[in-house]
Amino acid sequence: MSSDREKIFSAIRSALAPLPERAAKPDWDNKLPVSRPAGDFDTLEAQLADKLAFASSRYYNDSQKLAELLLSEDSAFGYCDPELAPLFDKLEGITFETEYDESKIDEYRFGITKATAAVAESGTLMFTDRDTSARLGALAPWIHVAVVKKQDIVATVGEAISKFGDDPSIIFATGPSKTADVEGILIEGVHGPGIQVAFVV
Amino acid sequence: MKTKQKIDTVARDLSDEVHEANFIGAKMKSERRYAALGRDYADPDKLRETAGKIKQHTLEHLDQYLEQAEASFTRNGAKVHFAFDETAARQKVLDIMNEKGCKSMVKSKSMLTEEIHLLDFLEKSGKEVVETDLGEFILQIDGDHPSHIVTPIVHKNRRGIAKSFEREGLGEYNDDPETITRRARAHLRQKYLDADVGLTGANFVSAESGRIAIVTNEGNARFCMAANKVHIAMVGIEKIVPTDRDLALFLNLIGRSGTGQQLTVYNQFIGGPKRPEQPHGPEEMHIIFVDNRRTEVLASDCREILRCIRCGACLNVCPIYRQSGGHAYRSVYPGPVGAVLSPLLAGNRFPQLADLPKASSLCGACNEVCPVNIPIPDLLLRLRDKAKREGASEAMKGTPKLGMWATLCSQPSMWKTALTMGHTMNYIPTQLVPHPSAQSWQGTRKLPKFQGGDFRKWFKNRKKK
Repeated sequence: MSSDREKIFSAIRSALAPLPERAAKPDWDNKLPVSRPAGDFDTLEAQLADKLAFASSRYYNDSQKLAELLLSEDSAFGYCDPELAPLFDKLEGITFETEYDESKIDEYRFGITKATAAVAESGTLMFTDRDTSARLGALAPWIHVAVVKKQDIVATVGEAISKFGDDPSIIFATGPSKTADVEGILIEGVHGPGIQVAFVV
Repeated sequence: MKTKQKIDTVARDLSDEVHEANFIGAKMKSERRYAALGRDYADPDKLRETAGKIKQHTLEHLDQYLEQAEASFTRNGAKVHFAFDETAARQKVLDIMNEKGCKSMVKSKSMLTEEIHLLDFLEKSGKEVVETDLGEFILQIDGDHPSHIVTPIVHKNRRGIAKSFEREGLGEYNDDPETITRRARAHLRQKYLDADVGLTGANFVSAESGRIAIVTNEGNARFCMAANKVHIAMVGIEKIVPTDRDLALFLNLIGRSGTGQQLTVYNQFIGGPKRPEQPHGPEEMHIIFVDNRRTEVLASDCREILRCIRCGACLNVCPIYRQSGGHAYRSVYPGPVGAVLSPLLAGNRFPQLADLPKASSLCGACNEVCPVNIPIPDLLLRLRDKAKREGASEAMKGTPKLGMWATLCSQPSMWKTALTMGHTMNYIPTQLVPHPSAQSWQGTRKLPKFQGGDFRKWFKNRKKK
C-alpha cells in the first residue's frame, strides 16, 4: 500500500504527463494590481486617511480625540500593549491593563496594539505576531486601536506583502469585522472589533 | 410548465420568498463587483487574464509546487499531511484530535469540509464541532447546507433565522439582523474560548514561503487561531500559487469579485505555529493537503476549472443560478462553477449529476466575470459531450432526440427543401409538428410567423451595382 502522499504525487504526474507542453509562468508588473487613487493626495498619510474612511475604519492622530471616542462608545476600560502605554496613560476617564487577562475578555472594551505597517491604497492595517503583544487584545474588544508609525505607511498591498519576513501570523485588517449574511444587510462587529481605529504617530 | 430536468423542478417549486432572496442577493453582489473593478482599474481584464495564467501554470507544474509547499511548511514548523480521498481526509482530522486529546473544535468556512462531510463524521465520532461563520452557524443549527459559496444562507430570510435562534435558546424571537448578530457574537465567543482545536480552510497557499492565505469578513478565522492550542488547515491541492508576490494580485481580485470590496476585511497569512513570545494562539499547525478527485479533474479536459478561487462571481451573474438557487445543483458547488466541478468530483456518480452542464444558456457571463478567466461555457460543452457519449442517465432526461435535425443540417439539399417548405409551419398546429424537438420548443415559446426562404433567391438574382 503506497501512502496518500505517494498516491497524490503519482496521480499528478500521470495527469500531467500527456500534456504536449506546460503553461509558462506569466511576467507581470508590480503595478498591475495597484488601484487608481481616489484623488490627489500630497502624502501617503492623507491617502491612508481617505481609504480608512472608505473602509469604515477610523483615523486618529490625537489621543484626546481618541479618548472622546472611547468614552462615547462606553469603552473606558481596556487592554494596552505595555510598550504603548506611555502614549495613552494620561487620558482622563480611561483605564487599561497592560497584561492580558483572559478571564476579562468581555470586560476589555478596547484593545491597543501595534500595527507593523499600513497600506495607503486600501486603508489596510497590517499586524504581525512579532509586533502584536496579545492576539486576543487585538481581536476580542469592541474597539481595536492599531498604533502605526508614519514611516511604516506603504503605498501598495504588494509592498506590504514584501515586508512579511518570517513572521508566522500576519493579518491585514481593512475595516471592522463585518457580515452581510442576513439578507445582505451590513452589520459591523460580528466576532472581532465593531470599530477599527488607526492611530498614526 | 412541464419539465423533466431536476434543476427546473426545483426552480419551479421555490417559494416566492426564497426565489426573491436568491435573485436579489446575487444581483446585488454582481453590481458591486462591476462598480469596484471599474472604479479601481482602467483594464480589469488584464488582471483576470494574468491571474488565470498564473494558476494554469501552477496546475501544470503541480508536482513541483506541491513538493515545494511541503518543504516550506515543514521548514516553518508546521506538520504536513496528505489525504488522497474523503475518507482519509476525515480520518486525518480525527487522528490529530485524538492524538492531542482534543474534544471540541471551532471551525471557519471551508467548502472542502462540506465536500468530505467532516462535520457529521466528527460528531458521530463524539467530537463537538461549531461552525463560526455566521451563515454557516445558522446552517448548522438548521441542519441545512450552503446554497452559495460566499454567502451560504442567501436563500434564508431574517424571519426564518429568528425562529431558529428562538428554537436553539438564543433569546426570544427577534428578527432584527443586528440583534441576531450580537446574539451569535456572545454565543460563539464562549465556544472559541472552550474549543481545543481551530480548523480553517485556505483560499491560497504560497509554495515558496509556506503560508496559507485565509480571507474572511467576520474575523472568525482569526478567533479560531487565538484561544486554542492546535490549528488544522484543510486545503485542496489546487489552492497553490507560486509565491507571496502573487497574492497581491489574487487578494485584489477575490475581494472585488466576491463582494465588491477592495480587499476582504481580514486577509490572514499563516505559516506555522505562533511565536514562543506570543501568549495566544496555536502551538501546533497541521496542514492537510487533500486530493479527493482533484487529480482526476487535472487529468481531464476540464482541468481549467481547478483555477477557481471560489469567489462566487459566476453564481451571482448566472441567469440560471439566479432563478434556481444553489440547492437545485444538488451538490456542494452550485452555479456555473458547480455545473462543471460537481459532476467531475462526483466520480462514479457522474451520471446522476450529468444534467448540470445543461443548466446553462451558454451566455458567457460566467467567463466574463471570472477572476481567473476560466472558459466555463467551453467546459460545459465538453461535459455535455462526455455525458452524451457515456449515455449518462440524468443528461438524457428532457432532451428530445436530435438525430433527424442533425441529418437535416448536414444535407444541403434537404436543408434547402426544408427552408422552402418552412412557411407550411405557419399552418400546422404545434401538437402536429412532426418532431419532438420542435414540439418541445413550441410548448414553451411561440415562434414568430415564418417569413423567410426567399433570401437565397433574392441574393442570386440581385443586380450588382
